[in-house]
Amino acid sequence: MSKDNLNSFSGSNDYVASEELMRAVNIAVALEKPLLIKGEPGTGKTMLAQSVAKALGKKLVIWNIKSTTKAQDGLYVYDVVQRLYDGQFGNAGVDDVAKYVKLGKLGEAFSDDEQVILLIDEIDKADIEFPNDLLWELDRMEFYIPETGETIKAKQRPIVIITSNAEKELPDAFLRRCIFHYIEFPNEELMREIVKVHFPDIDENVLAQVTAAFYYVRSLKEIQKKPSTSEIIDWIQALTLSGIPAERITKEIPFAGVILKKNEDIDALERAKARSLFPFK
Amino acid sequence: MFDSFLYLLRSKGLKVSMTEWMTLNEALDKGMTHASFSEFYYLCRSVLVKSESEFDKFDGAFLEFFKDINFLEDIPEELMNWLNKPQETPGNYDEEIARQNLKLDYERIEQMLRERIAEQDSEHNGGKYWVGTGGMSVFGNSGKGPNGIRVGGESQHKRAFRVAGERHFKDFSEDKVLDTRQMQIALRTLRQYSTKTDAPKTELNIDETIEETGNNAGRLSLVYDRPRKNTVKVVVMMDSGGSMDYYRKLCSQLFTALRKSNHFKDLKFYYFHNSIYERLYTDGECIPGRWVDTDTVLNTLSSDYKLIIVGDAAMAPYELFGGGYYNYGKTNGIDWFFKVKHHFTHSVWLNPGEMQYVYGNYWRETLGALQKVFDMYPLTVNGLESALKKLMVNR
Repeated sequence: MSKDNLNSFSGSNDYVASEELMRAVNIAVALEKPLLIKGEPGTGKTMLAQSVAKALGKKLVIWNIKSTTKAQDGLYVYDVVQRLYDGQFGNAGVDDVAKYVKLGKLGEAFSDDEQVILLIDEIDKADIEFPNDLLWELDRMEFYIPETGETIKAKQRPIVIITSNAEKELPDAFLRRCIFHYIEFPNEELMREIVKVHFPDIDENVLAQVTAAFYYVRSLKEIQKKPSTSEIIDWIQALTLSGIPAERITKEIPFAGVILKKNEDIDALERAKARSLFPFK
Repeated sequence: MFDSFLYLLRSKGLKVSMTEWMTLNEALDKGMTHASFSEFYYLCRSVLVKSESEFDKFDGAFLEFFKDINFLEDIPEELMNWLNKPQETPGNYDEEIARQNLKLDYERIEQMLRERIAEQDSEHNGGKYWVGTGGMSVFGNSGKGPNGIRVGGESQHKRAFRVAGERHFKDFSEDKVLDTRQMQIALRTLRQYSTKTDAPKTELNIDETIEETGNNAGRLSLVYDRPRKNTVKVVVMMDSGGSMDYYRKLCSQLFTALRKSNHFKDLKFYYFHNSIYERLYTDGECIPGRWVDTDTVLNTLSSDYKLIIVGDAAMAPYELFGGGYYNYGKTNGIDWFFKVKHHFTHSVWLNPGEMQYVYGNYWRETLGALQKVFDMYPLTVNGLESALKKLMVNR
C-alpha cells in the first residue's frame, strides 16, 4: 500500500490526531480488521470516527452501546408486537414476515451500497458476553435472519471502529481479531494544537498559562477525577468570557469548578495552592 | 524468519495468538511498514498487543529481540557512545534558536539528522548545530532545545518527540494495587445466572409468547423462562485493627467495591481481630458486644456462600496456636479457621500485605500456617482476579 492510497487518514481540520493514531487507523483499514480504540475519557475516541469519516469522505453509522444493548439489536429487530397487532385486525401482509424485520446499525452498514464507517461506541458498556456475540458477524461481515431465511452480506466491507473506556475486560477471542490502539492523554504540545483548533485566535500567552495551570492540576496526586480535554475547552471559554488577565490564570486558577467536578478535588487544589511548593507564586 | 520473536513474546507472558501473528505477516507482505523501523514497531504493537497494560512487556521484549538494530536508522556506534555520556554545559539556552527550532517540522528534522551524520566526525557537546549532548540543536540528548530527535541517553528534559525504547507505559502494568473501579470490574466475575442452573421456569417470556400467539393465529400461547438472576452469595470476613491499619485504605476500597456491586444475591460482612474465635464482630470497630457467635453464623449461612477472608495473616503465634493468657483454654484460632473454611465449599484469602514467608520472623509464622489452610492471593489486580476465578470453579 502506498502512502497516497485513497483510504489513507491523516487527521482532519477539526481533529488533531497523533502520528501513532493515524498509523493505527491506516493499518486497520489496510488489513480490514476492526480498530479497537481505548483511552481515558475525553481523549476523543468518538470524535476519531467522525473525523475518519470526514477525511475519507464516507458515511458514518454510529451504534451506541448501552448496558442493555444486545448483539442482536445491531443485526436486526423482529417486531413481533406490530405483527400481533396487525394480525388482530386482519391487516394485509401479516403473512409477510420480512415486513416486520428491521435492520439494526450493523445490518444498515452491511447493506449500504457504499463503503461506510461503522462506529461501535463504548462496547464495554454492554454485558461481558456482548463482543463474543459479534465475532462471526464482524469476521465474515454477514449474518442470517432465520425469520425470513435471508442472509445479509456486506456489499462493501465497512471500516469498523470500536471504542472502549476499559470498564470491562474484553474477551480474548474478540481482541485477537482487532487492531488495538491506546490513546494517551495528549501532552502539552499536542494539547496546545487541540486548543487552537477550537480557539483559532487565542492569545499565545493565555494559552501557555492555561495549559501550564491545567497540567499542574492534572499532576496533583490528590485529584480523583482528572480533568480532560473537554474541560480545558470549557475552562478557556469561561476565562475568555470573564476577561481575566493572563498572568492571573496560573496564580489563582480561577473558575476551578469548571475543570474539577468534585468538591474534594476543589478542596485539594486549594490546599495545593496554599503550599509553599506551589509553582506559580 | 523471525518466528522466534513470537516465541519470545509468548515467553514474556504476552498471549499472542496465531491469528494475530498471521495478521502481522499479512501486513508485512503488504509492505505496510514502508521500510521504516519505527513503522514496524507500531505495526507490531497495534496488531499483537491488545491492552495498554501490556505495552511495557512488549516494549521490553521488542528491545531485547531487536537490540542489535539501531532505532534511529544509521547512527554510528562511536556517536552513540559519546551521546550516552552527557556532560551538562549550563547557561547556553538561546531563545532565538529555540524559537527557530520550534518551526522545524518532523520530516525536516529527520532530514537534517541524516545530513549531520554524514558531516559530523567528532564529539560535540553544548553546541547548537551538531549532534551532541546538552546543547540547543535539534538532535542529541540532555539538550534544552524545545523539540527534536533524541539520540541515546536518558530523557532528561522530556522533549524529544521521538523517543525510542523509553518504556513509558510502565505505569499501566497490571500488578499495581487496585482502585475501586477495577475492583468492581473484577467482582463482576462473581456471576452465575440462574438461567444456567436448573431453577424452575417462572418468568413470562413476552416476546416468545407474542410470537407463539401470532403463529397460533391469535390464540394465546404462553411461554415461560427461567429468571435470569445472579445466584452468587458472598460472605466476607475482614481482619480489622492492629497491623491491618496500614492497609485500611485498600480494605475500605474493597469494602466499597463489594457494597456497590449490587449483583449478589446476598452479601454479608463480618470482622475479626487478627484471628477468628468463637465470635465474629458485626462492624469494623470490633467493639465487644457488637458480635455474633461464629457457630450461629455458620449455621445460618449455607455452604454455597462464597467465603472471602481479608487479612494480612500477621499476628503473634499464640493468637493462632493458643498458649497465651488471652485465649487460654479456648479453641485455638487455627482450629476456628479450619472450621470456617470447611463449612464453605468455596473460599479464598486476600492478603493486602507482604506475602513472602520469612522463616524465623515472629510475625510471619502465622502467615505460613494460614497459607497452608487457605488459597491465599495478594490484593492486587491480578491477585483479585485469580482469587475470584477460584471462587467460581466447580469442584
